[in-house]
Amino acid sequence: MNNLLKLSALELKNAISRGDTTATEALEAYLHEISVQDGALRAYNEVLVDEARDQARRIDDMRKIGESPGLLAGIPIAIKNNLCTTWGRTTCSSKMLANFRAPYTATAVARIRQAGAVVLGKTNMDEFAMGSSTENSAHGASVNPWDLSRVPGGSSGGSASAVAGSLCSAALGSDTGGSIRQPAALCGIVGLKPTYGRVSRYGLVAYGSSLDQIGPMTRDVADCAAVMNVIAGHDPADATSLDRPVPDYLANLDEPIKGLRIGLPREFLSDALDPEIHRAIENAVEVYRSLGAEVKEVSLPHSRIDSGAGGELSSFAVACYYIVATAEASSNLARYDGVHYGHRTERDAADIIDLYSRSRAEGFGDEVKRRIMLGTYVLSSGYYDAYYLKALKVRRLIKNDFDEAFETCDILLCPTTPSPAFKMNEKTADPLEMYLADIYTISVNLAGVPAISIPVGLSSRNLPIGMQLIGGVFREDVVLRAARMFEKASGICRLTPPPLGRDAE
Amino acid sequence: MSEQATEVLAIVGLEIHVELATETKMFCRCRNRFGDPPNTNVCPVCIGMPGVLPVMNSKAVEYSLKVGQALNCELPSYSKWDRKSYYYPDLPKNYQISQYDLPLCKDGYLDVPLPDGSSKRIRVLRAHLEEDAGKNIHDNPAHTGVDLNRAGVPLLEIVSQPDMNTPQEALSFAREMQRLVRWLGVSEANMQMGHMRFEPNINLHITRGGTVYKTPIVEVKNLNSFKALEGAVTHELKRQYAQWLEDPEGFSLDRKGKQNRGWDDQRNITVFQREKEEAHDYRYFPEPDLPAVVVDDAWRESIRASIGELPLARRERFIKQHQLGSKEAEAMIQDADTGNLLDDATAMGAPPRRVVNLMLGRMSAAANEKGCALGQLGVSAAQLSQLAIMLEEGKLNATAGDKIIDHMIANGGSPLEIAGKLNLLAESNTAAVEQWVDQAIAANPDPAQQVRSGDKKAKQAFGFLVGQVMRISGGKAPPSAVKELLESKLSAK
Amino acid sequence: MSNKITPEVVRHIGKLARIELDDQQVEMLGRQLGDILRYVDKLQALNTDGVAPMAHAVEIHNVLADDAPGQSLTADEALANAPARDNDFFMVPKVLGDS
Repeated sequence: MNNLLKLSALELKNAISRGDTTATEALEAYLHEISVQDGALRAYNEVLVDEARDQARRIDDMRKIGESPGLLAGIPIAIKNNLCTTWGRTTCSSKMLANFRAPYTATAVARIRQAGAVVLGKTNMDEFAMGSSTENSAHGASVNPWDLSRVPGGSSGGSASAVAGSLCSAALGSDTGGSIRQPAALCGIVGLKPTYGRVSRYGLVAYGSSLDQIGPMTRDVADCAAVMNVIAGHDPADATSLDRPVPDYLANLDEPIKGLRIGLPREFLSDALDPEIHRAIENAVEVYRSLGAEVKEVSLPHSRIDSGAGGELSSFAVACYYIVATAEASSNLARYDGVHYGHRTERDAADIIDLYSRSRAEGFGDEVKRRIMLGTYVLSSGYYDAYYLKALKVRRLIKNDFDEAFETCDILLCPTTPSPAFKMNEKTADPLEMYLADIYTISVNLAGVPAISIPVGLSSRNLPIGMQLIGGVFREDVVLRAARMFEKASGICRLTPPPLGRDAE
Repeated sequence: MSEQATEVLAIVGLEIHVELATETKMFCRCRNRFGDPPNTNVCPVCIGMPGVLPVMNSKAVEYSLKVGQALNCELPSYSKWDRKSYYYPDLPKNYQISQYDLPLCKDGYLDVPLPDGSSKRIRVLRAHLEEDAGKNIHDNPAHTGVDLNRAGVPLLEIVSQPDMNTPQEALSFAREMQRLVRWLGVSEANMQMGHMRFEPNINLHITRGGTVYKTPIVEVKNLNSFKALEGAVTHELKRQYAQWLEDPEGFSLDRKGKQNRGWDDQRNITVFQREKEEAHDYRYFPEPDLPAVVVDDAWRESIRASIGELPLARRERFIKQHQLGSKEAEAMIQDADTGNLLDDATAMGAPPRRVVNLMLGRMSAAANEKGCALGQLGVSAAQLSQLAIMLEEGKLNATAGDKIIDHMIANGGSPLEIAGKLNLLAESNTAAVEQWVDQAIAANPDPAQQVRSGDKKAKQAFGFLVGQVMRISGGKAPPSAVKELLESKLSAK
Repeated sequence: MSNKITPEVVRHIGKLARIELDDQQVEMLGRQLGDILRYVDKLQALNTDGVAPMAHAVEIHNVLADDAPGQSLTADEALANAPARDNDFFMVPKVLGDS
């Protein structure tokens, strides 16, 4: 493997600015690695070679004439395929948008480009971000670099696989119920879901609009902070984006937080939890204790996880999420009807209703259809109050729990996922079981607070285990510093998967 | 059927859609403009492309609140946006951003003048803001074309209570609403451009033999002229009565509920409309992409201050302040500009009566000829005021005044300059006037003698002599001076 | 006890959602949606009396834009992704009237 590929994003940026290497050289190293490895990982839907080379050249030219090319100058970044770009296609890994070329670029993508990042390409995902394994993709499933028989998680599985597999220096994902943090945990990388409204959603293809956020997926916490410095901030094109100053997340990142108050939500550390994960979390708690953190139990009663008679897990938050997210999705995805863009049936349509129904039946995959159906049902006449309205009220209760917890804590610490990466096809037969992969991440989206997943170790099968640190609204700075404290103290940082065996170098 | 006494009461409510005259659309910054080439005032937001987000137009919200205030509505502290789902090709997202349970304005009323000089208070249930749909173009017999220029234009939907009982009342309400939104400057309310559309809800309460029968409520969709509104209500009342006579028990609100009908402009009848499939389950839910609108007292106060005097209040004021007749006052409030002209001219010192006579005389005729409003003739308050003062001071006679108005409309210029240029100024040289008077007396000895004698024809003869002086002077003799001179020269000796 | 949603209901929802479904899908969705709904039914156990519904993650208000024209697309740009067009119109099968 080319040594450039081993550098973190910030290290690479520094190497470029010192003149040790160039943006073009770094890009070519990644393009080569992609050409060698992506056949196995299938992380990318589309590699945007020409645009990437142009951008790298631009960065190198700017450096030559002494201009400052930006905070992310020359860093090759992969972006999830639900982020619109005027170059390449934005497919959401769906047949529906197989040929869609957006006439606009997502604000977050525009910002990283403005900061000098080189966009490598669009990464694979669960279709329209609906899924937790990246198996629901019209392009085929992505693979976990730690074990090629296992899923990378999802829905930002392509981005996670690309970061873990060194097929990019950093990536952008989106997180509606855990879609950044869960794949980050399963692939052993860092993934942050910011406070709702911290990062503009303009140009992010909507799934659950009141839950969606774009965030960084990186090799370490510092890279995550660097990307946040660029993508966070107010955007007049997104009315839900918050007009508040953005702190420098890199400043003071390495200074430990004195007397950090950590809350352990007792509901998330039940016996139902995978014992290896339980142990890893306990170890992490010990690390924090040794650093002088104040650790105590807290309660998030409405995020409680119950195990049923058959060992099946259930949670109010998951139930609430699947009503709110699918209701919004049923409306957000109504626009894909074969009229203004996107897939249109080639069968003869007797009338407009036929055209709609057939185009949508052909263009969407099973999981997307299932969620649209569920969301349509819970909003339909006669069911609205019992399902949708009830869920909005429960959402308030869930959020209130978090508000209360943050009165006495700086962060909450818990697992990111109930188990390490699972096998391909293991959960595809039972949609409900797949939904439970997000059991620890979902309530964070409902509450709108920020949370990061960082690796805390490896399982006996050599699979990464993730820990989730949740902060109060706008406290990405606290979350990042707490994550960095652990990274530094434990030395668990930049876990590298075993070589894939196809690497010639 | 027995010939019992039957009482029929028509119950009519009206939904009025008003396109607001903002520069840009409701949720994106494409131009809100009628008549441009298809699909040129469009962007990713109003095409409903993936990943785009709406941002609300401050002007549209302000305009809506103004209308609400003018309709005496409550402007609630909290109002929010909802999505209304239905599939149609002119609705690119397949949902419309609208307001469901918490509109910007609610519970108001409008006092509507009726043709007989009375007025009626029609209650307003609510007024909410939403986005308009695009247009389906049906020119091609084989398929439909979709133009999204109108998609996303701000639309204020005003919903009345069913307080109208005749087609005339519905028409008067609609017309009063048109005047009001124009008055406030929030809509051009041009019917040809589709700025206003009506959807009346109509049924009958029929009392016979102590029983009240209610016919099914019919909503007539998408009427875009006053004629269609009046016609649809008129036809519907007749149709419903005829149908009720055929089947008084079966044709009832309880059994048939509410139905939609369309309007056939050619045949002047309402027609059965095939229901859009599943149209009734709109699945409203809160719009997650848009924060709420919170209206506080300061905002309410600024809205209240901004709407100024409304038509009926102005009408009353004109009657009191300037002693206008009710017809004259009504003419002065056809639109805001007309009354403003009167106010501005009188503020410059012009006598109101003179100004009103000029406006409702030659100016009104000219406006009719040009097919425009009085305020749009291009006559300024300063011109009008100067002209009125000149007339008052006897520097011009009425004929000259009319000539000057025509000239000002055609070429502009100040009345004084025009009067000079056209040689219309009254002669102020007393000797010259006296000479014309003497000439007239000399040329008409008989009438002069009649005046002197003070007989029964004296008055008529006096008028004749005044006319003769004017003729001789070429219209330049000031009538008051002429009268004075004639009187003194012909006083009975 | 069956949690299944009846085929009639599934078909009705399919119509509302404009998704054509064959009999096999109707059967499968009836079962799967039934399972999911049984799962989400657990929310009924929570007392939510007097709780205000929460539709937004972060509750802000009055985010307004100035009424100043911005950039629009050309008709060609607007129609670039259209599956079918007729001159500068999006083209669909014959429909009646406007919405």
